[in-house]
Amino acid sequence: MALSGMRGLSVFISDIRNCPNKEQERLRVDKELGNIRTRFKSEKGLTHYEKKKYVWKMLYIHMLGYDVDFGHMEAVSLISAPKYPEKQVGYIVTSSLLNENHDFLRLAINTVRNDIIGRNETFQCLALTMVGNIGGREFSESLAPDVQKLLISSSCRPLVRKKAALCLLRLYRKNPDVVNIDGWADRMAQLLDERDLGVLTSSTSLLVALVSNNHEAYWSCLPKCVKILERLARNQDIPQEYTYYGIPSPWLQVKAMRALQYFPTIEDPNIRRSLFEVLQRILMGTDVVKNVNKNNASHAVLFEALALVMHLDAEKEMMSQCVALLGKFIAVREPNIRYLGLENMSRMLMVTDVHDSIKRHQAQIITSLKDPDISIRRRALDLLYGMCDVSNAKDIVEELLQYLSAADFAMREELSLKAAILAEKFAPDLSWYVDVILQLIDKAGDFVSDDIWFRVVQFVTNNEDLQPYAAAKAREYLDKPAIHETMVKVSAYLLGEYSHLLARRPGCSPKEIFSVIHEKLPTVSTTTIPILLSTYAKILMHTQPADPELQKIVWAIFNKYESCIDVEIQQRAVEYFALSKKGAALMDILAEMPKFPERQSALLKKAEDAEVDSAEQSAIKLRAQQQMSNALVVTDQRPANGAPQTVGELSLVKIPSMSGDQHASTDQGLSQANGTLTTVDPQPASVDLLGDLLGPLAIEGPPGAAVQFELNAVSGLEGVPSSADYAAIVPVGEQTNTVQLMNLLEHVLMYNAMLFKQPIGNINERFYALCLKDSGVLYEDPNIQIGIKAEWRAHQGRLVLFLGNKNTSPLVSVQALILPPVHLKIELSLVPETIPPRAQVQCPLELMNLHPSRDVAVLEFSYKFGTNMVNVKLRLPAVLNKFLQPISVSAEEFFLQWRSLSGPPLKLQEVVRGVKPLSLTEMTSLFNSFRLTVCPGLDPNPNNLVASTTFYSESTRPMLCLIRIETDPADLTQLRMTVASGDPTLTFELKEFIKEQLVSIPTASRPPAPAPPAAQPTNPAALTDPGALLAGLL
Amino acid sequence: MGIRFILMVNKQGQTRLAQYYEWLTLEERRALEGEIVRKCLARNDQQCSFVEHRNYKIVYRRYASLFFLVGVDNDENELAILEFIHLLVETMDRHFGNVCELDIMFHLEKAHFMLEEMVMNGCIVETSKCNILSPIQLMDKTS
Repeated sequence: MALSGMRGLSVFISDIRNCPNKEQERLRVDKELGNIRTRFKSEKGLTHYEKKKYVWKMLYIHMLGYDVDFGHMEAVSLISAPKYPEKQVGYIVTSSLLNENHDFLRLAINTVRNDIIGRNETFQCLALTMVGNIGGREFSESLAPDVQKLLISSSCRPLVRKKAALCLLRLYRKNPDVVNIDGWADRMAQLLDERDLGVLTSSTSLLVALVSNNHEAYWSCLPKCVKILERLARNQDIPQEYTYYGIPSPWLQVKAMRALQYFPTIEDPNIRRSLFEVLQRILMGTDVVKNVNKNNASHAVLFEALALVMHLDAEKEMMSQCVALLGKFIAVREPNIRYLGLENMSRMLMVTDVHDSIKRHQAQIITSLKDPDISIRRRALDLLYGMCDVSNAKDIVEELLQYLSAADFAMREELSLKAAILAEKFAPDLSWYVDVILQLIDKAGDFVSDDIWFRVVQFVTNNEDLQPYAAAKAREYLDKPAIHETMVKVSAYLLGEYSHLLARRPGCSPKEIFSVIHEKLPTVSTTTIPILLSTYAKILMHTQPADPELQKIVWAIFNKYESCIDVEIQQRAVEYFALSKKGAALMDILAEMPKFPERQSALLKKAEDAEVDSAEQSAIKLRAQQQMSNALVVTDQRPANGAPQTVGELSLVKIPSMSGDQHASTDQGLSQANGTLTTVDPQPASVDLLGDLLGPLAIEGPPGAAVQFELNAVSGLEGVPSSADYAAIVPVGEQTNTVQLMNLLEHVLMYNAMLFKQPIGNINERFYALCLKDSGVLYEDPNIQIGIKAEWRAHQGRLVLFLGNKNTSPLVSVQALILPPVHLKIELSLVPETIPPRAQVQCPLELMNLHPSRDVAVLEFSYKFGTNMVNVKLRLPAVLNKFLQPISVSAEEFFLQWRSLSGPPLKLQEVVRGVKPLSLTEMTSLFNSFRLTVCPGLDPNPNNLVASTTFYSESTRPMLCLIRIETDPADLTQLRMTVASGDPTLTFELKEFIKEQLVSIPTASRPPAPAPPAAQPTNPAALTDPGALLAGLL
Repeated sequence: MGIRFILMVNKQGQTRLAQYYEWLTLEERRALEGEIVRKCLARNDQQCSFVEHRNYKIVYRRYASLFFLVGVDNDENELAILEFIHLLVETMDRHFGNVCELDIMFHLEKAHFMLEEMVMNGCIVETSKCNILSPIQLMDKTS
């Protein structure tokens, strides 16, 4: 076997191959990496050959899955090597190791451009390929004209032009503006007249990307695509090299047909006729042959033709021909064809009215549901789901239920979700629906998400006729020996609400119902106990006249849980206990749940969202989605019980209370996300998960204290930073509040983010950084950068906003609005409505602090870019600490003050738990950066920290504030904090402010090297045994 | 996008070639390769060549000890990709003469050169074996 040109590389590869285990391999790799590193660092320069060899080794190591975090520069530098072999390696390895945002790429941009516009066509190819693979926005802006020139140049050979086409495709995706539609449409049409099949193949890919965004502009390309197809179908002028097993380039055929699917229709009758001739020939003329490759290739073309026929809404005859073909395919032995038959049948369902002919194949499809191959089973499930309607729902759902117990784990969740949706959508009667869901929970409880049982509860609540039936069913399930926890939840809920309707039946007295439910209590988790407690309370309420014995048992249970560690359980126990003593009043409070407002099923949303995944959607898919959404129930956006949203405990900074008529969701968005980006979406992806999720949980009935509490708990969870970041981007007026469904949300949001503009960097981190320093970037997205510069003097401040347009086109409809909290007086100068291209405008802001408060001012900023309206809400870093002035006090002054401020409300003490662990030095620098002067040596205990500062506001005179922190070296997560000042509000606000900083300091906001200007340590000479003094005082 | 990545993996699950057309971090690559290799290698001949994974599909084909795995978007034409794999193998055959795992291993750079001529930015550029191989032949001649 011929070894490759690089001996060292071959030796290394065979060394790796001979490693007996992963450990040895790692050692060998580490050794090699060390070697390469030394070589790259060595004084005497490496030859290009040596560099090439090492760079290949790096690529090999990278492929093995090891991190190669050096040598990138060497790889990039090979790009500028004069000889082809080195240059080639440089380009290939660079595009494998680096991503488009890597700084080194920027350095290479000139070399790359020189290669592209140079005369050497092999160099041109290399450069075009790399840019095509990893070129970013900067490449796009500087290279697009050159690439376009190459693509249409008549003097350029096909081998360069085919690469230029795909390179342009990349640049276009990075920045659509680089292709000027008016000028380019004709050029594109000309390109499709090309004879060379390589250039045609890549140009068609370019066309697909262009038409998927704007088919209007490229109508002239449609006949050209048909022509290409005709040429291929008739095998005219096709070089032997492009014929694959006798089939003229199947890949080009597929691509051309794909491009045609992005045009909504074909109006010209002649073109339509020629196309249908070709399609007819493909449909009829594709036979099954012995040669696998030929067979696959011809069927690749056939399936694409089927898709195109479906898209074009052909005559009925041709459509039934297609269904017949697919029907044949789903019954063949060849698994690939069977898979594709099922897949395409599902697609067919979405676009045309062929349900009846597809239904004829139902039995065959059900057989495929039991195929040994999971890929095929999934397709069958999808198809059954799609073809289900009122006429066959019972059969299909029962089939799914039956299959559920045998299905593999990977599929059960999807299966149960789909069964639940079908049961809901097509239930011939509601009792059947209840049966199905209960069976579902019984058979696959682990895979039944909460949405499913919430939904059944909603249905039962809203349909009085259903209530006794559902309660009786729930009662039956409770008799089973081992039932799933979800079943316990749903039965307990239903029986709590409706068991009194069964009272006359045997085994259904309140006491019996109670004991059968209570039996389950030891087996359930803490999330279920609250539901059981509610059920007990409801049973008590319905037991009229009261049964003292039952009352005693239930009260004892409430009593027991009054000291439960789980706060939800504890609260319910305490409240129910108190309420149930009220006698008749209980009737009002625990009355039956009111009906839920009609709203779209969260399940349907879930299923839909899963579909949204790629930016370039085929026309078929888009149409299918529209159809789906037409079929849905009108969405009600209100949360289930209309309880107002409250600010989560974990949000760092309080938000100013807004006037009462302010849209509730504004408030909510802010509290969740600490700076929201709202995008006005022309067709809002309605995410009404909150309502569905929280609705049934609010078991207490009409909005009461406990409901409030639950919402609190949920929004408290929002503090999870990653999900909060996603939650930051929500369409206006949407209710998104549940961490559980964040995954789903991410899906929707990522889709939105692709369509619109996403902020660069983390808005929160930027805010926190600006709380500590006075200038920096507040916000940035692809279009705009908002910088800030601030000066603070006593209770006044001057802040300048720098609005910089990053684009080459103007930003219009620029609006900035300040929502000041009550304690700040803010005047914003005029903001221009338009920001010219690449320009920066300055908007000064005057601030005055009226009295102490932690509330934060919000800047509501919006602009229009193209047709997109971008709307962001940003917190202004005009926070409490900006109005502090560091001050150092002598020991005497300190103690004098400390003593005079005795006890609340002027002096407050609190033990803070859950503190982010910080060393004392770290805490000192944090304090200093917040302009709290730490006075070392004042406290005798080295684990304590004492600080002082002055606070300025208009209403108070400059106020001295004193702070003492006592830490516990054994447990850095807790500390005791004492804050004192001459103003009770200030003491409180400052204490809370410091607490917030200590409990959840985002890592990014860790102060840089602290350099407090006036923070000089107090002169130790002035102290007379301060330790003893302080100890006596505290 | 079309093709997201092309992997060549032997039946022990060792990666012999990996080419990604979308940027993934090393951890993501490792996780992804682990997951799909586990999924695909466990399948038998009677099962189809397509595996659905997350929000995309793997089209794969086995040649002796070596698996070729291609990650594609959900709406890609599966059979066309399946035959594209075969075209790649035939092209390597023409160059190496009855290509085997070792050829790809020890001539990683050549395998990369070929792939580079065939796929760019996740799209097929060239399907003529002559055109694909001409730069490599040119280089062999000069060196």
